[in-house]
Amino acid sequence: MYIRIKAADINNTQVKKIEELSGQNIFDCYQCGNCSSGCPVVDYMDISPNQAMRLAQYGRIEEVLSSEMIWICSTCLQCSSRCPKGIDVAKVMEAFRTINLRNGIGVVNPKQLGITETKDIPPILLICAMRKMTG
Amino acid sequence: MKKIGVFVCHCGVNIKDTVDVEKLTEQLAIYPGVTYIENYMFMCSDPGQNMIKKAIKEKKLDGIVVAACSPTLHESTFQNAVEEIGLNKYQLEVANIREQCSWVHNNIQEATRKADLIIKTAIEKLKLNESLKPVSAPLTKRVMVIGGGIAGIQAALDIADGGYEVVLVEKKPSIGGHMIQLSETFPTLDCSQCILTPKMVQLGKNKKVTLYVNSEVESIDGFMGNFKIKIKRKPQYVDPDICTMCGDCTDVCPVVVHSEYDEGLSWRRAIYVPFPQAIPASFTIDTENCLGFEPIACGECKKVCQAEAINYDVKTEFFEEEIGAVIIATGFDLYPVENIAEYGYGKYPDVLNGLQFERILSATGPTGGEMLRPSDGKVPKEIVFIQCSGSRDPERHKSYCSRICCMYTLKHAKLYKHKVHDGQPYIFYIDIRSGGKRYEEFIQQAVSEEGIVYIRGKVAKVYKKGDKMIVHGMDTLTGKKVEIEADLVVLAQSIVPSEGVEKLIKTLKLSSDDSGFLMEAHPKLRPLESLQSGFYLAGAAQGPKDIPDSVSQASGAAAKILALMSKDEIQHEPIIAVVDENMCSGCGICIGTCPYGARILDENKVAIVNDILCEGCGACISACPSGAAQQKNLTDDQINNMIRVILS
Amino acid sequence: MKLPYYPGCTLKANARHFEKSAIQAMEKLDFQLVEMKDWVCCGTVFSMTSDDLMLQLASVRNLLRAEKQNLKELIVLCSMCYNTLKRANDFIVKDKGNLEKVNNFMYKENLTYSGKIEIYHLLSILKDRIGFSVIAEKVKKKLSALKIGAYYGCLLVRPEELAIDNFEDPSIFEDLISTLGGESLDFAYKLECCGAYQTVTKKDVSVKRVYEILNSARESGCEAIVTSCPLCAYNLDFLQKDVEEEYLDFNRIPVFYFTELMAVALGCGWDKNWSSLHFTDPEPLLREKGLI
Repeated sequence: MYIRIKAADINNTQVKKIEELSGQNIFDCYQCGNCSSGCPVVDYMDISPNQAMRLAQYGRIEEVLSSEMIWICSTCLQCSSRCPKGIDVAKVMEAFRTINLRNGIGVVNPKQLGITETKDIPPILLICAMRKMTG
Repeated sequence: MKKIGVFVCHCGVNIKDTVDVEKLTEQLAIYPGVTYIENYMFMCSDPGQNMIKKAIKEKKLDGIVVAACSPTLHESTFQNAVEEIGLNKYQLEVANIREQCSWVHNNIQEATRKADLIIKTAIEKLKLNESLKPVSAPLTKRVMVIGGGIAGIQAALDIADGGYEVVLVEKKPSIGGHMIQLSETFPTLDCSQCILTPKMVQLGKNKKVTLYVNSEVESIDGFMGNFKIKIKRKPQYVDPDICTMCGDCTDVCPVVVHSEYDEGLSWRRAIYVPFPQAIPASFTIDTENCLGFEPIACGECKKVCQAEAINYDVKTEFFEEEIGAVIIATGFDLYPVENIAEYGYGKYPDVLNGLQFERILSATGPTGGEMLRPSDGKVPKEIVFIQCSGSRDPERHKSYCSRICCMYTLKHAKLYKHKVHDGQPYIFYIDIRSGGKRYEEFIQQAVSEEGIVYIRGKVAKVYKKGDKMIVHGMDTLTGKKVEIEADLVVLAQSIVPSEGVEKLIKTLKLSSDDSGFLMEAHPKLRPLESLQSGFYLAGAAQGPKDIPDSVSQASGAAAKILALMSKDEIQHEPIIAVVDENMCSGCGICIGTCPYGARILDENKVAIVNDILCEGCGACISACPSGAAQQKNLTDDQINNMIRVILS
Repeated sequence: MKLPYYPGCTLKANARHFEKSAIQAMEKLDFQLVEMKDWVCCGTVFSMTSDDLMLQLASVRNLLRAEKQNLKELIVLCSMCYNTLKRANDFIVKDKGNLEKVNNFMYKENLTYSGKIEIYHLLSILKDRIGFSVIAEKVKKKLSALKIGAYYGCLLVRPEELAIDNFEDPSIFEDLISTLGGESLDFAYKLECCGAYQTVTKKDVSVKRVYEILNSARESGCEAIVTSCPLCAYNLDFLQKDVEEEYLDFNRIPVFYFTELMAVALGCGWDKNWSSLHFTDPEPLLREKGLI
């Protein structure tokens, strides 16, 4: 429950990386919370989407990268469609996931999913999960 | 040749940090025509002005260039200064080296070079400037106010009080505007109708005020001080002088439509009185819904009217008024909430906008002031208020803050609490803006003592479940999603310019901002005037505003007009077109080009200029094929010299 | 009339009834769905990172091959394929640089993609090209008395620029149901995510989503759900098994593809094999309502 805010952290290289990957301006966010209130899976998240945006504004990218929330996000685009500032929040979440996946963090191994019978599971589901969770 | 003095202002550091003023002074001192040059920290200050006056006197200067900020700011300051010492004010030129130079550049060398050129062009222009006198024009001492809400009423009363005649044009059947719909007003909770109706009555009885209701401005001619404005008045079909207000007509009218006064929460007939305190007090027929224009279809009201006040054959009338100045007080409307589909307005009867909730709170409203919800008439025990519904949302709705919602929403919550003691109001907000006098105290008291719960976050969705309205919101302070089972939801919709104002702006050739509100001449220094001379602004027509601010602006605009009316004639800038009669071929191209009707062919087939009508826009000058038309003090020779300096 | 159509993987596997019912129903409307040749997976999800042009290739390869086959458009049934193909198409068509890079990369296809293929969802074709009033005239078996909740999910309506209808308040599905003579009921969660791929990574998330969506439909009086996405259909239907175990108040509810209902209404009847591709068999409900 303590954050030391430093000038050097604000808009640091990690923030710029997130902005580059997502094509969004993190500092557009004015914390109305609409992304979180419309999020259908926010109840499973450890931090809310608007908190992730806030942490990013402080340059605390690591904190978001290690959160559970970026993996809970199902890319339903509800947040993006309602953001009053036009931030594509889902793209920002994707950027966080991408950084992790490219570092080998959170990559799902299909063998560990415990799926024994693939014929019962539609290909659309498996391919989509693999595409999202392997980078 | 003129003896010219150049005065370079530092504007503190605004100019000096980017433009090398010392170097500039050195360079310009040897420029042909420059007799005297000086630089100073603040040319607009008293010492600065004295420096100019002293130089004119001592060095016998007959032309001055002040290199400083934009002429829109201080041209008149310096003009007055030179006039005090006896120099004609048109022998002064302002070279803008701040907005057009120092503020927009950062390379000192380049900026200094540009400032040098800007000043030289001003010197070249000045060399051929003539001494001019303002053009005088007569002044019609009558004022038009467009819009009969609180701003229009206040402005009209103040002007009438000052002794001048006022023509008030209102498009609805009664004056009163939105304020007549309100229950109580923040932060004092005094009854809106109680404080407004005395003013309405005063206005209705004022001999200096001519009231046109059901009316709109059709067209305008003329110029500041001398407008001719055509008003179109739709018939009300009931003669207010004969009508006894017995109400028999309403009783038999078979047509039932939503009441505008109650924001659709109650019903009225096609022949109706807009509301009990309406001014003028008379029945009126709503032509869009009345069946009586087909005599076979109806005509019931006419049959029962013993006073014989109803006449279906009345036609739309047109009136022409001679007017000196106009106040625009057209007010606001609410942003159509149907545009925010996720809040379910229109789909669910228990989702209301702010004005509808005002009607429910009001003793003259559809429930007689009882707190009942529209769907089933039950007392709502939990109410959710959603602020910024459409405001502060540049992506999908309105980018601006609507300014009054924070306060009226809290007022709603308080008044609700006063009616339903065990009820629970929740207010979703992003920020609370309570900058007015005693506004913050109003909020703090409510939170501490009245049990009103503020939740910081935006609502994503409202839907119906059983007889409850489920609200999904966010509490950004705890970082948790919030769900509330509410009985009623009230949306604080953004404030938008009133319907039809766009057309009015076109008719009057005014300017509006990107949100459609009327544009003021200067955001800080001339907020009561339009960019177009002769037009003044009051109330929410200029931007979202609460009652105190609307009244202040209305009185302010009225004061501006009273100052104008106190003069015997108006003075017009002499920077206008002039024609060389020997060169004019009488082709008449200028006549079609002039937007002000200032160019006419005289008996000798010379296209002369009406000095009073000419606004100096220059359109005819660029259109003239023979070069006969010239702008005073901006002749072709002057412009050529200026260009030559820049290109040298 | 022939319509070039892109099926996507699942319509050839677990959602065979989606494809079959669509072909049958469209025949009744005098349209023939002609499968494009040599199609490959669309990629299922549109890649949202700006530097990942590679992940758009699967979609673009389909577009390029469609162009090679002289097609002008592709009709898509699956919401995910629709979203991915259309977004990938927009992504490269709106940025000439992207288009050039992608074309250079796929030089082995021996053709460059010009960017002229249009992607349509079948629902839009029904509404805009054929017209609901025309369809209404061809209905043989009105779905009267069947109370249906139209579930849009995410990808038919988001992002806004490719939504097939108003993205916050769509009605195209409801209008189709009314066209077929059924009663469409509004429910609060019709635009909310089903949990999507979380079903294989964080199943509890999907199970709760499915419970909330189906419960919301039930509470609004729906007897069945209709959808257009094989992933939504799988989650909403097959996760009912898990929902049942987790939430005791839950009652099963059949989940249709819109084409199945079209087939029934247009007089193609109900293919027994379709029942086995559902978890909650819709057949009893159709029988109860006298529709088969």
